[in-house]
Amino acid sequence: MRNHYSAWSLLRGALTGHRHWSPAWPEAKPKPAYDVIVVGGGGHGLATAYYLAKNHRITNVAVLERGWIGGGNTGRNTTIVRSNYLYPESSRLYDFSLKLYEGLSAELNFNIMLSQRGLVLLAHSRHDLDAMSRWANAMRMNGIDADLLSREEVASLVPGLDMSPGARVPVLGGFTQRRAGTARHDAVAWGYARAASQLGVDIIQNCEVTGFTQQAGHVVGVETNLGSIRAGRVGIAAAGHSSVLAGLAGFRLPVTSYGLQALVSEPLKPLLDTVVLSPGTGAYLSQSDKGELVIGAMLDLFPSYAQRGSFAITQSILAGVLALFPAYARLKMLRQWAGIVDVVHDSSPIIGRTPVPGLYINCGWGTGGFKGIPVGGWTLAHALATGENHPLAEPFQLERFQTGRLVDEAAASGIAH
Amino acid sequence: MSAWRLAEPFGTLIDRSQPISFLFNGRSLTGLGGDTLASALLVNGVRLVGRSFKLHRPRGIFSCGIEEPTGIVDLLDGVRRTPNVRSTVVEISPGLAAESVNCWPSVRFDLGALNGWFAPLLPAGFYYKTFKWPNWHLFEPTVRRMAGLGRASLTTDQDRYEEVSTQVDLLVVGGGIAGLAAAIASAEAGARTTLLCAGAAPGGGLGAQGDPAVAEMIAKAGRAGVTVMPRTLAFGVYDHNLVCASEQLAGATRGPGVLRERLWKIRARSIIAAQGAFERPMIFPGNDRPGVMLSGAVQRYADAYGVACGRRIVIAANCDSAYRVAQRLRTAGIEVLAVLDRRPASHIGTHAEGVRTLASSGIGKVLGASSVKGCLTVAAEGPSVRSERLDCDLILSAGGHAPAVHLHSQAGGKLRWEAEASMFVPDGPAPGLYSVGACAGVFSRQAALEHAADVGRSLALGFTVPPAPVGGAGRSLASTRIAGVRGKAFIDLQNDVAATDIGLAALENYRSIEHLKRYTTTGMATDQGKTSNVNALVLMGELTQREPAQVGTTKFRPPFAPMTLGTLVGRRVGSLYRPLKHLPAVQWHAAHGALFEHFGNWSRPAAYPLAGESLNEAAQREARCVRQSVGLFDGSPLGKLEIWGPDAAQFLDLMYVGTMSTLRVGQARYGLVLNANGVVVDDGIVARLGEGHFWVNTTSAGVERTAAAFEEWLQCEFTNLKVFVTAVTARFANLTVSGPRAWEALAAIGFDAAFSPQNMTHMSLREGAFGAIPLRVLRASFTGELSYEINLPVDESGGLLEMLMAAIAPLGGCLYGIEALEILRTEKGYIHVGTDTDGTTLPGDIGFGRAIDGKRANFVGRRSLLRPAARDPQRLQLVALSPADGRTLLPCGAQIAALNPPTATEGHVTSSYWSPSLDAPVALAMLARGGERQGEHVGVHHLGRRIDAVVVKAPFIDPQGERLNG
Amino acid sequence: MMRIPCIVCGLRDENEFTCGGTSHLVRPAIDASDRDWAEYLFFRDNPKGLHHERWRHTQGCGQWFNLVRHTLTHEILTVYAMTESPPR
Ligand SMILES: Cc1cc2nc3c(=O)[nH]c(=O)nc-3n(C[C@H](O)[C@H](O)[C@H](O)COP(=O)(O)OP(=O)(O)OC[C@H]3O[C@@H](n4cnc5c(N)ncnc54)[C@H](O)[C@@H]3O)c2cc1C
Ligand SMILES: [Zn+2]
Repeated sequence: MRNHYSAWSLLRGALTGHRHWSPAWPEAKPKPAYDVIVVGGGGHGLATAYYLAKNHRITNVAVLERGWIGGGNTGRNTTIVRSNYLYPESSRLYDFSLKLYEGLSAELNFNIMLSQRGLVLLAHSRHDLDAMSRWANAMRMNGIDADLLSREEVASLVPGLDMSPGARVPVLGGFTQRRAGTARHDAVAWGYARAASQLGVDIIQNCEVTGFTQQAGHVVGVETNLGSIRAGRVGIAAAGHSSVLAGLAGFRLPVTSYGLQALVSEPLKPLLDTVVLSPGTGAYLSQSDKGELVIGAMLDLFPSYAQRGSFAITQSILAGVLALFPAYARLKMLRQWAGIVDVVHDSSPIIGRTPVPGLYINCGWGTGGFKGIPVGGWTLAHALATGENHPLAEPFQLERFQTGRLVDEAAASGIAH
Repeated sequence: MSAWRLAEPFGTLIDRSQPISFLFNGRSLTGLGGDTLASALLVNGVRLVGRSFKLHRPRGIFSCGIEEPTGIVDLLDGVRRTPNVRSTVVEISPGLAAESVNCWPSVRFDLGALNGWFAPLLPAGFYYKTFKWPNWHLFEPTVRRMAGLGRASLTTDQDRYEEVSTQVDLLVVGGGIAGLAAAIASAEAGARTTLLCAGAAPGGGLGAQGDPAVAEMIAKAGRAGVTVMPRTLAFGVYDHNLVCASEQLAGATRGPGVLRERLWKIRARSIIAAQGAFERPMIFPGNDRPGVMLSGAVQRYADAYGVACGRRIVIAANCDSAYRVAQRLRTAGIEVLAVLDRRPASHIGTHAEGVRTLASSGIGKVLGASSVKGCLTVAAEGPSVRSERLDCDLILSAGGHAPAVHLHSQAGGKLRWEAEASMFVPDGPAPGLYSVGACAGVFSRQAALEHAADVGRSLALGFTVPPAPVGGAGRSLASTRIAGVRGKAFIDLQNDVAATDIGLAALENYRSIEHLKRYTTTGMATDQGKTSNVNALVLMGELTQREPAQVGTTKFRPPFAPMTLGTLVGRRVGSLYRPLKHLPAVQWHAAHGALFEHFGNWSRPAAYPLAGESLNEAAQREARCVRQSVGLFDGSPLGKLEIWGPDAAQFLDLMYVGTMSTLRVGQARYGLVLNANGVVVDDGIVARLGEGHFWVNTTSAGVERTAAAFEEWLQCEFTNLKVFVTAVTARFANLTVSGPRAWEALAAIGFDAAFSPQNMTHMSLREGAFGAIPLRVLRASFTGELSYEINLPVDESGGLLEMLMAAIAPLGGCLYGIEALEILRTEKGYIHVGTDTDGTTLPGDIGFGRAIDGKRANFVGRRSLLRPAARDPQRLQLVALSPADGRTLLPCGAQIAALNPPTATEGHVTSSYWSPSLDAPVALAMLARGGERQGEHVGVHHLGRRIDAVVVKAPFIDPQGERLNG
Repeated sequence: MMRIPCIVCGLRDENEFTCGGTSHLVRPAIDASDRDWAEYLFFRDNPKGLHHERWRHTQGCGQWFNLVRHTLTHEILTVYAMTESPPR
């Protein structure tokens, strides 16, 4: 039996030298066969395994992770969670996710540090104001909280913005989703892993899928560096590496992999209490609980699997940050990295069947799938368990690229999601 | 006070004739020229500098370089404040003021230190296990206030930064003897060689000792033509041998506008990394106490700054270099009580004369709270030896070395574990980058010099580069912890990660080195693990029965040391951040009262308010004026392309929804540009100037995109077409005269009758002249009034504006800005691409379905319009809306829903203005099935308010279009 | 930041260029099936390895050209003209 986490268990640890803790998830060796195999131990893969066990009572499940769990984009992102989407399809999906996030620490018995500190989007022109009005109204029609902010309200929520008359990037106002915020990325991966393994899921690290076993056109297992493993059904949740896996199974995806950078400053005393997003400059930032400013960037716009990022982009994103916050010039960048994101034309995910029977996929979240982890896991688990698409995922099928029924949030709102 | 200033030859970097006073926590102290803040603090006996991150334990200066984890301060300078500065790398200057971080009310009496009492409750990752109920966000403010180190200021930084790009054959990073040797050899072999050194001068550790051989090397480097860049730290290696470095300038100068730092982007044919090695701390209880310092640092303080950091020292050692330090410090008159060597006697490869050495032993306890008062020894193995008390005031930590493999790893190099010396060394070169000296794991002086010179020469001449003769450091144990010793021993000094935390991580299966880092925060401090990573991974390996090589290292990421954002951004600040474009006659407009606003990358007049008028009032007046008499508009940003070539017409047919090949010379036509996905991305007017010559207007915001798309189609897809696209936006100004009296105004100042409405119809273009000014005059209209879009050379625009102004003034005309234009075009129901349309709008949605059906030729995007989604009857379509009460303005962005039965959102308001001509609101909207809903009442929802509106027929004004003809 | 060999100007820094994605896509005729059209518009090999792609020297001569580039190491192997077929 695994430990329950609470202040009391900590106190007990304090008195006994913290020797009573058990592994958050035990190291597992692959069994010869599973009912379901999930490829990719990021947030989406781990959540999928958890909901398979929890919602569908399918516990003979393995998550196969090439490296260490949460080591992909889940452990590299800027941790913003929100559900400020224009279209009802997206709203439903992302707000379902946010609601799951709201209960997740309690459900997983793991503090994922959800901090609903609110998100402020900056309007830099009257055109932006109109676009944000559309956006906020659409959200409200979809039953999601949103408010427009005056220039003064923005200034008080976001100290340090250049509000001077000559500002190169003037701030005219903005809009906020107060339920938005951040969560601790590692904790989301670990929390799901711990809860899933408690329900019997095997979490197998350092296990890379190198091929799919097919019989009569059906996927019946996977090849890995640890040998072949049979499976009733297989789900892929490999983000930037989705195309590689699809290639192994013999089909293509409407995905291009790009590097997406992020960076942090050195830790500082509280400076910024909300998440700030400036579509005009492409900059977005928040301050972590540790005190680091977490700064996100735009894509390195060429296909890449290198998790580095181009210096030119680092510079241009920081230039955007300083245009907004000139005082930040004396702060220091501590660390910069990149993740490989799976970008599709309409910046909306793909969750459901693939052209290969027995094989399901969850990908295409691109630059914004951290917030989608709970719902991504929930809906992929549904597909794996039932063979049917979850209603929330129905609009997010591969077929939409043929019919043209894209759910193009980015195109409509003008910001990358 | 146990520190003092040593006599010469110690203190090679300081200027004893130059006392400098500075402030530390408000106290005035004095140092010498050349001192770093750390050396100056040390010599003043300041031991307690700051507080640690989590437990607020007392922290002092630990190292002598960029790896400093604890001697962190905020630097103040008037309004300027630089948080989290490593005291070990700033040189002091008169008036410098520093403040301790992470403590309140003061560094001595820090309330946060109470955390220390609760330390047992706060093991690694404690926050994952609690604070869940009712909601983390409730606890968060308290935690956040406790966390963080320095404080940032919110005052705009006054300093300047700049950036220089350069190329070299060979770039050597690191100015120690290995770097010098490599640079000399390379330059002597004829390669353009640059050497970066982080300090004020090259020479490294030996240079600081005043070694004459080093001085000779520096001179030789100069003679060989090596470009030496002092105070320049390489912080990142990027693709294709780009090295980024920052140069510190104006160390002592202060005041607004000072050039503070310079960013160097250096493209090198080859890179040599020679940054040496970092010393690895020993793990023992109390190893975080102020007064425990790295041994090499203590020697460096003596050598370079003449600072004796203590009087009576004990060295906790795991390497031979500790004995050289002991020897050196003894010559300085510092008493070395003992070297407690963690290694068995058999591993010890050297000794120090007159220094007591205890093999297989270490420190069991450090005495003293905020400084070191002594220590208790402990035996590492064998029959238990009695613990002994040593009354020292300084403890040196000498755990061996960790080569600075950062740049090597950033460049994609691999590492291997060198078991004898217990260190990770480069496993061969990285692509384009070769390591020499200690950072390659080469510790013997002679071998390092020879190898480095060999590498420099080989790279210069294109020979095969010899492998590094790794070795010379002697033997070191991987783990320096002594089993069974109780007490808190720290791995990461800044983040308070103790050995027990690593144990907890192992217990809970956070065994991957990346999990370990993230779970315990070891290596996440501002030194990014330079002093902690190796110890952490060795310990994790020990606890999980794995070799260090199996545990591996975390990824080395740029920057090598924290980099000022100002430096990274350089001059891309203020008005140089994405510089705005201005109208050619910007001064003229300013003089005529223009209120400028940003429209995309253009600064343009939104309106020309009269005294006391608001923007909105001005726009109303201007719009009314255009409808009633005449207005003058500067449309110079309008996108302008010329398309040339025998296949130009065919090409434009491919690019536009409209058919352009049937245009006669002088005729103009409106067209939509789609992308391959069928989405409307631009619109504008195409006019034929000649058989194979067209004039194309795009939107102001879209011209670059459209020109780029045309080029891409031409160069990549329709490669058989003979067509040239020339972007001429910047060559032609565009002045538009619009209104019923437009021609009257032009005629009044002598415009040729050829341009009169009689001789020139709507949608035609005519070339001509006005006086000596060549013109291309287009009759097209975005206002719905008789309009002349006059294109002319940019330089002439100020002059013509002046004349046009004189022409319209007597007619009661006025200048109008973008706002008025928006009102006018909305009254007419003309779309603005990007405002009424978005990235999902297809031509059929805005009334171009018929035009498409009628067109023969294929065009870009056409196939996409045949997909089911494009033919969905539920699509949003452009409509006009009026409020049911005829008075209430419909807010832009409001959502539209059917009234009966009420539905979810079915569309939104895209443009909405008060029409001065109708004295009523006018609006455009995108509405599902909009085309068939005329007359329907709908609800317009804005922030919880509902306004009833009616779908009406556009345009609101002049449905027959009679006014277009004047 | 890569250095890209413009087919006209020679080596220049990456930020002078625009990447146009996969090269050698064959544009189907107007009567292609929805499926073929979708393949052309959206579906890509997206290899982790060598990729034939096109770039434009946007802030320079304006020329489009093809590259063979490794998407993991970013090493550039060959440059060739838009109208040339991929090197063997
Ligand atoms: C810099 C950056 C900032 C971001 N910011 C945000 C943000 O603020 N908000 C937000 O919502 N989203 C953000 N995102 C996006 C978000 O991180 C991702 O969409 C999300 O984490 C994807 O989760 P995942 O589980 O699908 O993928 P990952 O976490 O990448 O997991 C996929 C896993 O699959 C494994 N894998 C791959 N191939 C194989 C194989 N063959 N065999 C076995 N395992 C394999 C990988 O090792 C990896 O661990 C950001 C992304 C980046 C890179
Ligand atoms: Zn070029």
